[in-house]
Amino acid sequence: MRDKTDYVIVEFSKAILIYGLIALSLIGLGFYSFITLEHEGHWITGMNNQVVWGLPHVFAIFLIIAASGVLNIASISSVFNIKMYKPLGRLSALLAICLLTGGLIVLVLDLGRPDRLIVAMTTFNFKSIFAWNVFLYSGFMAVVALYLWMMFEARYNKFIGKVGTFAFAWRVTLTTGTGSIFAFLVAKEAYNGALLAPLFIALSLLVGTAVFYKILFWMDRGLDIPMGSEIVKRFRKLLIYFIFTVFYITVLSHLTNLYVTKNHGYEFFLLFSLNTYSLLFWGCQMIIGTLFPLLILYNKKLSESAVGILYASILVLFGGFTMLYVIIISGQAFPLDLFPGYSESSTFYDGVEAAYIPSVYELMLGLGGVGISAAIYLFAIMVLDFTPKSLDNDAIALAGIPDPEPKIEENKEEPADEESKEELSEENQDNKQPKAD
Amino acid sequence: MKKYKIKLDRRSFLKKSGMLGMATLAPGVMLQELAHGRAPDEPASSKNRWGLLIDANQCSEECNACVTACNEEHGIEDFGRPTTDTQYIRKLKLTNESSGESLTIPMMCQHCENPPCVDVCPTGASFIRADGIVLVNKHTCIGCRYCMMSCPYKARSFIHENLENQVPHTPRGKGCVESCNLCVHKVDNGENTTACSEACSKEGHQAILFGDINDPDSEISKKLNKYKTTEVRSDLGLNTAVRYRGI
Repeated sequence: MRDKTDYVIVEFSKAILIYGLIALSLIGLGFYSFITLEHEGHWITGMNNQVVWGLPHVFAIFLIIAASGVLNIASISSVFNIKMYKPLGRLSALLAICLLTGGLIVLVLDLGRPDRLIVAMTTFNFKSIFAWNVFLYSGFMAVVALYLWMMFEARYNKFIGKVGTFAFAWRVTLTTGTGSIFAFLVAKEAYNGALLAPLFIALSLLVGTAVFYKILFWMDRGLDIPMGSEIVKRFRKLLIYFIFTVFYITVLSHLTNLYVTKNHGYEFFLLFSLNTYSLLFWGCQMIIGTLFPLLILYNKKLSESAVGILYASILVLFGGFTMLYVIIISGQAFPLDLFPGYSESSTFYDGVEAAYIPSVYELMLGLGGVGISAAIYLFAIMVLDFTPKSLDNDAIALAGIPDPEPKIEENKEEPADEESKEELSEENQDNKQPKAD
Repeated sequence: MKKYKIKLDRRSFLKKSGMLGMATLAPGVMLQELAHGRAPDEPASSKNRWGLLIDANQCSEECNACVTACNEEHGIEDFGRPTTDTQYIRKLKLTNESSGESLTIPMMCQHCENPPCVDVCPTGASFIRADGIVLVNKHTCIGCRYCMMSCPYKARSFIHENLENQVPHTPRGKGCVESCNLCVHKVDNGENTTACSEACSKEGHQAILFGDINDPDSEISKKLNKYKTTEVRSDLGLNTAVRYRGI
């Protein structure tokens, strides 16, 4: 199907300047943190020999799963054939590359020896899911770049479906790989389960949708790319579907653990102890990140407004980030049970909850990754036509109209085409409600 | 048929008998030697599997000699930051939840036959030697700490700061992960002991016995056969080379 959307190269504006400066400031903070870590070592962070992965990893994994999630918007159009999402395809793929780059840079800069990145890129132990992830991440970049090429080059538009399907399969594998980093750690009760892989996929869909909506809202207000009520309506539905999916798998994974007696300790620690993690789980993840967005999304007034969905998206992002924090940190903080039936103590913090307080360096490094993602995005939309000229209801409706039958050769001239566009969009305005469902 | 005539005087008889005797005995003597250890220039081989037998009954709660000796042997410095300071070996106090009885044991890398740290290491820097010693290649460790996440025994430490005055036989550096290497330099020198084991013996406790599990005649093998011993987290099926008695 032909791409009927008009795309623009975004011109330099006040909004670009402000967000560009914010992005560059974040990159500056991240760079400062990296240099300090390199010079001093990791002892200045909150990470230690008990909690070995901290806030930078939460940021990195958040950005990586958001990357695979934002690509979902392009997949809805080219894989699931809902053409109204087509105008968002290029942005979706661009954001996927930006977010993945930001996430990977945080991950690499937090390594003890980031100077040995070349070792990680050339020496592989294929029994390690980390080694597989090197291929999954770099392959994702290549596949999405190819996807973008197919979208940009009119001659290759016909391949979008096939390449899009391949990219979709790749992103599912990639998020499975990210979830599997934790899923197969047999030593730790919190991570011991393959349910983490689908949980990460669901979370990626949710977070990706929320990030995408936030960008669309900013485009509407900052770049004068109008966003119609149709987009708001559709993103509302997507957010609802994905919030319930994440909630369902979260409940399922905890019920699974509660069924297994040896995992009761961790479940009690997370769900019923009054510690940081249980407060984060109930307060931030479940109430602020799940319940509040649902209240907004089902509120008659708020659910119809663009600002209402923005609030829901921001809360969802907060909830998703907290969820990753809870999964990653609490799983390490919970003490290992080396000798069942015995209580343990040592100078190495056996038998007690490991302490972890994130340092400002970790926060800066993580924000640096966000800054990199934002900077690449801002640069890219100013040099290539990723951005649809309009996302109002007419533009969205037009994208959803099937191509005219090939036999209508005489109507090929532009004015006629424009007329038919107008007619069809008018028609679509009338019948918009059933199509949106 | 051709007949062979054997000339045998007393001198040649003794000489030949001696040679025959040596040829018969020498392989046995040599094999016995090999089973106990190996020459410094000989590569590690699966003929050996080095391990420790720790006797909880002999371990004294007040004694910390094994930890001190290990730190000295490997040049492990105390930076006064217990959450990030390296510990190859730690004293673990166990209290029976029903009886209230307590005991102490040293805990270190268990040198698993199927080590999770080796499985998860992306670059293969964590590896297991042919003789069962689990090590970190300090040239290819990227400091990702995934091995620390995977270790069921919390046996690994990350080097969080700049180091000075490292000892030559234990290469250590900021940004890499490390753990008990079973005093591999001593094993490679043919000393067949570890700093912790020596220190424990010196204190008169004999709680840490080092030896070759594959050698049926070694003291460790004999004791492993004679006494009931425990493998920590045996449910994981890792087949550790460090076993505990009296737990």
